Amino acid sequence: MDSLDRKIINLLQKGFPLSEQPYLEVAQQLGIEEETLIERLSHLLENKTLSRFGPMYDAQKLGGAFSLVAIRVPDEDYDRVTEIVNSFREVAHNYRRDHDLNMWFVLATDSPEKIDAVNSQIEKKSGLKVYNMPKLDEYFIGLNLPV
Amino acid sequence: MSILSGLTCRFNVVALVEKESEMEEKVLLDDTDRKLVELTQSGLPLVSRPYDEIAQGLGIGVSEVISRMKKMQDSGVIRRIAAVPNHYALGYKANGMTVWNVPDEKVNELGHKVGQLDFVSHCYHRPRFLPEWPYNLFAMVHAHNRDEARLLVDKIAEVIGADDHGHDILFSTQILKKTGLRFNN
Repeated sequence: MDSLDRKIINLLQKGFPLSEQPYLEVAQQLGIEEETLIERLSHLLENKTLSRFGPMYDAQKLGGAFSLVAIRVPDEDYDRVTEIVNSFREVAHNYRRDHDLNMWFVLATDSPEKIDAVNSQIEKKSGLKVYNMPKLDEYFIGLNLPV
Repeated sequence: MSILSGLTCRFNVVALVEKESEMEEKVLLDDTDRKLVELTQSGLPLVSRPYDEIAQGLGIGVSEVISRMKKMQDSGVIRRIAAVPNHYALGYKANGMTVWNVPDEKVNELGHKVGQLDFVSHCYHRPRFLPEWPYNLFAMVHAHNRDEARLLVDKIAEVIGADDHGHDILFSTQILKKTGLRFNN
């Protein structure tokens, strides 16, 4: 990654125009050719320096329901519970965290009722209590990581 | 438009307002909008005229694609059009979920302040589970290492001030599952 890549990442994290030739607009801002920008961007996506490029949709506004759920899993039971939780296709992400509540996953379903249904199945199969923590309010989503 | 469909429209509007008060906002999208979402959710085409390519896929004109996307931006369906860095690849290896116990009557005010900090990527009000989980405000931070993440926690603590009735940071130690979110019609 050279200084031009860094400039591209820093600028495109902030936004991208909705116009007929958006790459040309951005390239002019950077003082480079349009093709150079497209090539660099393709490369940054291919080598996974960027994980996404495009519109970020608010899934909830598209009709989905989401929740963050935590479980306190005994260490000796961790693999078994991981397998149970991950087997639900509604589980979008699952992270191990260093806390007494040590498993945290995100549920994505098409209705709030399904969130409760998946949680009770997970409780039944794992024998552990789930802590359902849906967002009550959202203050910010977005990230600007200077490179 | 028949009377019946007129009524349906009005009911939809009412439902929308009620849902908004439950923080469960839904925006009415038509079939073309939904196809547009499907076509663009994995990314924009890397060609000189990306919106033209999308327009061709939908069988509409480029100006309609642009105006539909503009509308979705205004209503918040599209949060933004941008590049999302892979924070691990950029060296941000310590991802901490910071959690805060703040007075419920102040959580909105404090949440907005914390959300404005440029190193916070997500900030939410979530329910407590007393007595074992007293935290009601969540803020994700990304740092190069754990020490740096702890400095960011101190910065958040400064913003919250005397309303900080306890906080913690939970670092992720393993990704157990990670699939992208996909929307289908």
